[in-house]
Amino acid sequence: MKPLFKKGPSATLRIILLGILSLVLMMFDHRSGYLQQVRAYLSVAIYPIEYAVIFPVKAGQWLSANFGPRWALIEQNAKLREENLSLRFTLQKFDDLKTENERLRSLLDSTTKITQDKVLVAEVLAMDLDPFTRKLKINKGAQHDVFEGQPVLDAQGVMGQVTRVSPLSSVVMLVTDPNHALPVQVVRNGQRTIAMGMGATNRLALSYIPNNSANKGDITIGDILVTSGIGGQFPSGYPVGKVLEVNLDIGQPYAQVQALPSASLERNREVLLIWTNPQPIDDKAEIDKTPLNKPKVEPTHFKQEAKPR
Amino acid sequence: MALERHHNGWIILLTFIAGLLLTIIPIPIWAMSWRPEWIIMILTYWCLALPQRVGVVTGWSLGILQDVLSDTLLGQHALTLSLIAYVSVISHTRVRTFPLWQQSVGMGLLVVGNQILHVWIHGMLGHPPTSWTFLYPALTSVVLWPWIFIILRDLRRTYHVC
Repeated sequence: MKPLFKKGPSATLRIILLGILSLVLMMFDHRSGYLQQVRAYLSVAIYPIEYAVIFPVKAGQWLSANFGPRWALIEQNAKLREENLSLRFTLQKFDDLKTENERLRSLLDSTTKITQDKVLVAEVLAMDLDPFTRKLKINKGAQHDVFEGQPVLDAQGVMGQVTRVSPLSSVVMLVTDPNHALPVQVVRNGQRTIAMGMGATNRLALSYIPNNSANKGDITIGDILVTSGIGGQFPSGYPVGKVLEVNLDIGQPYAQVQALPSASLERNREVLLIWTNPQPIDDKAEIDKTPLNKPKVEPTHFKQEAKPR
Repeated sequence: MALERHHNGWIILLTFIAGLLLTIIPIPIWAMSWRPEWIIMILTYWCLALPQRVGVVTGWSLGILQDVLSDTLLGQHALTLSLIAYVSVISHTRVRTFPLWQQSVGMGLLVVGNQILHVWIHGMLGHPPTSWTFLYPALTSVVLWPWIFIILRDLRRTYHVC
């Protein structure tokens, strides 16, 4: 048995060297951004594995779309049409309110402008990456102009933000991650607070709410929270969650408030990436057009809507 | 002999890829904290069966891949997996003779050690664990180890991996 005696460095030597190397790598990765590029390359190499995970789901969708019964498709189509109609109706109202809001703001000489956000749908490649954190991997990356810190939403509310971008995929930190903090506001009275993740799947902690202000009813069970836009990372006014419980503890400086995130964080297969301030320069011209032109088009807008019907 | 020494290595590679897939495949929320440590089980099996082929370096490279896959610190899984590979390689002659249930217990201890290392690293980054759920994978791994062992052994024998 030659191989038993004739091998390179012994396992002990190897483990010592590789152990030290791992520790050095971890330190570098934590303290500096040198390894960002290495990780990006490796993540491209590993992309097939991530894609293979969603492939069965995609195949199932394709199969059911192609070989599903005709009546099911017709039914689905009718339902979507109905939904589209009602959404359009709300949008009409929204347009109306938006112009009104802009007019009122101009009367007040306030410069805040409601901008049109660019949206891109991304698919979730993997969730539950690491049991100690709350993160997702999505199938859009630097190639699709995703940037670090980009807000990620779903149909119900804010999901989190992009924390790591590689060419084909990126990692989203959910609002429930213990590392995540989000400036929010109570819709009812504008009370500002910060929604921190707790590492639990479906809970947010609201911090720095003084006991007496909670006692006065500045925050009560059932209050709706939206992003406040402070900090500049997230656009304001997107739903974040609902207050679940308020505990007044005299021994603590602040009230213990918990909220339920409104986005279905662990059940989504698709998420929305939004660009509020168009980041890539070449897209800027295209996007800037909309908010500028919108008010001018507005008066004829309803006529145009009415014509086809 | 020299030609036959490395035979059918793609089987080993395939099992590792399957392990990585199982590590990130979506499962229901209630099952998330119970997800078995597939990679550890597969790596340990190959370290016990073919210690001259799969060892510390394989464990380390696999760990780097898992770090990228699960967005942990680069080197975190590499450290734990290479340690696990080391333990399995140096003890392979003893562990091979153990009955399956004893191996299972050993596997449980390995996973507990692995989880504690991860918790420790996370603790140093400022996120101490809030519950004991991080130990659940050890239980599922204990239960699954005999099956993994038998399946991988049959695979190895069918394809004469050596």
